[in-house]
Amino acid sequence: MSRVDVRKTHKLFIGGAFPRSESGRTYEVTDSKEQFLANMALASRKDARDAVLAARSAVAKWSSATAYNRGQVLYRIAEVMEGRREQFISEVSDSEGVSSRKAGAHVDAAIDRWVWYAGWADKYAQVIGNTNPVAGPFFNFSVPEPTGVVAAVAPQDASILGLVSVVAPIIVTGNAVIVMPSSSRPIPAITLAECLATSDVPAGVVNILTGAPAEVMPWLAEHADVNALDLTGIVDEGVAADLERSAAGTVKRVRGAAPHADWQATPSLSRIRAFVEVKTVWHPMGA
Amino acid sequence: MDNGTLTSRLHGLPGVDQVGLEGRAATLATRSIKKDSKIWAIDTAISMVDLTTLEGMDTDGKVRALCAKALHPDPTDSTCPAVAAVCVYGDLVATTRACVGDRVHVAAVATAFPSGRASMDVKLMDTKQAAADGADEIDMVIDRGAFLAGNYAKVFEEIVAVKEACGDAHLKVILETGELKTYDNVRRASWLAMQAGADFIKTSTGKVSPAATLPVTLLMLEAVRDFADQTGTRIGVKAAGGIKTSKDAIRYLVMVNETVGEDWLNPDMFRFGASSLLNDLLMQRQRMRDGHYSGPDYVTID
Amino acid sequence: MPFDYAPAPESRSIVDIESNYGLFIGGSFSEPTSGGFFKTINPATEEVLSEVAEAGQADVDAAVAAARRAYDKTWSKMSGKDRAKYIFRIARLIQERSRELAVLETLDNGKPIRESRDVDLPLVAAHFFYHAGWADKLEFAGYGPDPKSLGVAAQVIPWNFPLLMLAWKVAPALACGNTVVLKPAETTPLTALAFADICQQAGLPPGVVNIITGAGETGRMLVEHPDVDKVAFTGSTEVGKAIQRAVAGTKKKLTLELGGKAANIVFDDAPIDQAIEGIVNGIYFNQGHVCCAGSRLLLQESVADEALASLKRRLTTLRLGDPLDKNTDIGAINSSMQLSKIEELTASGEAEGAERWSPTCPIPDKGFWFPPTVFTNVTQAHRIAREEIFGPVLSVLTFRTPEEAVAKANNTPFGLSAGIWTEKGSRILWMANQMRAGIVWANTFNRFDPTSPFGGFKESGFGREGGVQGLGAYLNVEDPS
Repeated sequence: MSRVDVRKTHKLFIGGAFPRSESGRTYEVTDSKEQFLANMALASRKDARDAVLAARSAVAKWSSATAYNRGQVLYRIAEVMEGRREQFISEVSDSEGVSSRKAGAHVDAAIDRWVWYAGWADKYAQVIGNTNPVAGPFFNFSVPEPTGVVAAVAPQDASILGLVSVVAPIIVTGNAVIVMPSSSRPIPAITLAECLATSDVPAGVVNILTGAPAEVMPWLAEHADVNALDLTGIVDEGVAADLERSAAGTVKRVRGAAPHADWQATPSLSRIRAFVEVKTVWHPMGA
Repeated sequence: MDNGTLTSRLHGLPGVDQVGLEGRAATLATRSIKKDSKIWAIDTAISMVDLTTLEGMDTDGKVRALCAKALHPDPTDSTCPAVAAVCVYGDLVATTRACVGDRVHVAAVATAFPSGRASMDVKLMDTKQAAADGADEIDMVIDRGAFLAGNYAKVFEEIVAVKEACGDAHLKVILETGELKTYDNVRRASWLAMQAGADFIKTSTGKVSPAATLPVTLLMLEAVRDFADQTGTRIGVKAAGGIKTSKDAIRYLVMVNETVGEDWLNPDMFRFGASSLLNDLLMQRQRMRDGHYSGPDYVTID
Repeated sequence: MPFDYAPAPESRSIVDIESNYGLFIGGSFSEPTSGGFFKTINPATEEVLSEVAEAGQADVDAAVAAARRAYDKTWSKMSGKDRAKYIFRIARLIQERSRELAVLETLDNGKPIRESRDVDLPLVAAHFFYHAGWADKLEFAGYGPDPKSLGVAAQVIPWNFPLLMLAWKVAPALACGNTVVLKPAETTPLTALAFADICQQAGLPPGVVNIITGAGETGRMLVEHPDVDKVAFTGSTEVGKAIQRAVAGTKKKLTLELGGKAANIVFDDAPIDQAIEGIVNGIYFNQGHVCCAGSRLLLQESVADEALASLKRRLTTLRLGDPLDKNTDIGAINSSMQLSKIEELTASGEAEGAERWSPTCPIPDKGFWFPPTVFTNVTQAHRIAREEIFGPVLSVLTFRTPEEAVAKANNTPFGLSAGIWTEKGSRILWMANQMRAGIVWANTFNRFDPTSPFGGFKESGFGREGGVQGLGAYLNVEDPS
């Protein structure tokens, strides 16, 4: 008789905790062969509202942590992910219908991507910021600062690599994020949430809402306390355009849809740049 | 003194660099106080405690329990020193005095503590009543609104008036550093209070957070040091609110030691305004005595 | 004194020091070919800690060859991403073993445990952590789309911050794809040898880091070795010049970090209590064995007497003694040789007419000690205002105006660092703009960070360590000609 396993209940990740959706709703997720995998929480507008509250309350402390500290925290997440490598591989393999070997490459790339971004924490300001030689006796410098709370949609495929590629660049600069993972392949996102909950990431820096972006994102796009949108994983151009229109109501910064980007390629700095504001300061120089 | 002159004087004091001040306090906090010096520090800290209850629900019964604790903090050990004072609201001074006699001081908060928002007449009446009922020490609050609005003369005059109303009682002036916010303000308020006649300057009411912190107390110790250099008068310092552990208390003593020196290392010149701190000091004292960690069952809840 | 702090010694038992150490070449320890060993002692007690190998010419050759082999076969072929991971491992191992390394550093160097624990070791870990992240991002550093490494780096470091100086050299070299042969100072080899153990624990490919112990001769042989592509030296200006002469005419890239005689300038509107702390930190931190030490205090004349009185009062609370005691502020002088130098220069100070003062300081019987010392009435013409003492000795001069402060601060062949104390922001920036010094500290002093470039103007050396600018020393940044 083989052992009967203990199966996981998959919940949302908000404010460092794992609540069910306040709506009580769930939806079915199947593997690549249409076999039942799990019931996922189906996030509602109120869950999104709660996630924004959690994210906003985390931003002040996270953005004022030293860059070194944020880099350490992100590296620690990679350490914890590495410890769960086998679990990730099995989940990616089931969700995406790929071999263990391919899933392994995918998971390794995700962990390495996380390490890559961890190493940016104490460097991006040196590359994006600078002093400006203005024509006058003034010291003038430009610094990038985090925009605040970002609502993001992760790619529908590339369940863990795409998710990491969207989330890491948002938080490395001090932002907090509410992310909707792939709706068809959300399970690795919950494992990532468990990694986040057991590393030193402050509660609320990352919030994960499983469900239907088309239902939840419009609320986030209009929400006056969300500063920016990352529409990467939106596949339907009409939906993307509607969200961009909604964002205009509070002049949110929007990074547009890019559902089929090449996630294996080394990123540029554009995802870091997209969610920082540049502040420029002047000060006279005189005895 | 008119407000203009007072302003020039206070604004002419040296500025305080926040990062530097906090760095110095943090370095002093790395001193490692062990063995005999730790035993001495714990006993000294106990003897410097103003054991405090300042709650709307205070009753005679509560005050009696606190007084008993103040006189004999550790029922298992009569060698434990008594605290410096019991600190209560003005209307409980008589009860307190009856319980402690002359064995510890009675300190009363006054002047519409903690907010200070009342007329001068009310504040003086509050003070006089407490002094008449037998308070040895009056802890007043400054008018933070007037201070932040730049009306230094008003703050000054109030302190002078309260000092007079105290009679023989010593005056502690509470700056409420958590509302003054900047270290520059704390330096200025310290000087203002000392020049107006304070016997002690005190950090906080304990009702606003942050209350006492190591950097803000360091700054006030530097102010009393400079005042003593300039005038020859020695003013005491009381750190109140938020000091919970023996480790914290010992850090304050280290700061006193290395900033103003041994002349301030006694209850006449330095106090802790605290309630739960005392039990932690007692547990640490028991640990040093018995060689093992103590627990909450071995100290009293009062 | 009612509040005498009882002794609070950090335990030595966390460290395991071998009775002798070989040379770390090609990933393992080996005996020196010449068979020579020399002792390293604890300068606080004069007790012998261990015997370490003296690398001779054959050993130097072997080390360079191991570094070359590792470069050609492994390290230059490895992706930046993989190099990064090795360096991250090293950073995390240093964090794990921080206490042990701090105690070892204090035993071998003489610096107080509080400093090695709270300053040196955290910075060591941070340097490796910061540079690890550059290994796979060099295309973003402003050196072109695909910057290349140089090859084998020969690195010679001083005794004042042994493990930190190792980190400043090894971390960027490795991140940029070079391999390394490093010679620690002869009086402080032990933490470098412990670092070799950390390289083994990290699984670093053999030969990427090689540690060869020895004295001046070993250093000379190493920097003169023809198969070295890059030389990096931190130490005395005199030796720096000799090295610069030695590599002249070769294709070796060179960076030097030499001495200093920094001016720490205090204006009448300085935040005075914090300025006093900054003065104390500037010259008495690490017993003054700091190239960027604020060894010349320039006090605005209008506040000089008051400031000096505050300074002297503050110095009476400094505690000199057992470096392993957690309450010690001033540790031992690193060697009897250094002690003699300090004594010679302070004697000259008195002979030339400056006024000498020290707080009363009980000095232990054994070991090398010098009490914190202040010279007042010093002028630019005094030897103690011009020459680097490298000890806990402060020379105090005065100035009247900002222009005069600038002129006096710059009036030296050195140009490593400077300090400015004033509440006026525009003056800070105006002065910083005019200081001929590689690092300017305003309302602080002796602050270091791996992201912040460090290095001098003039005879304090050239090249920068740390930050984006520091990477350039280890990359092939010449245009192809």
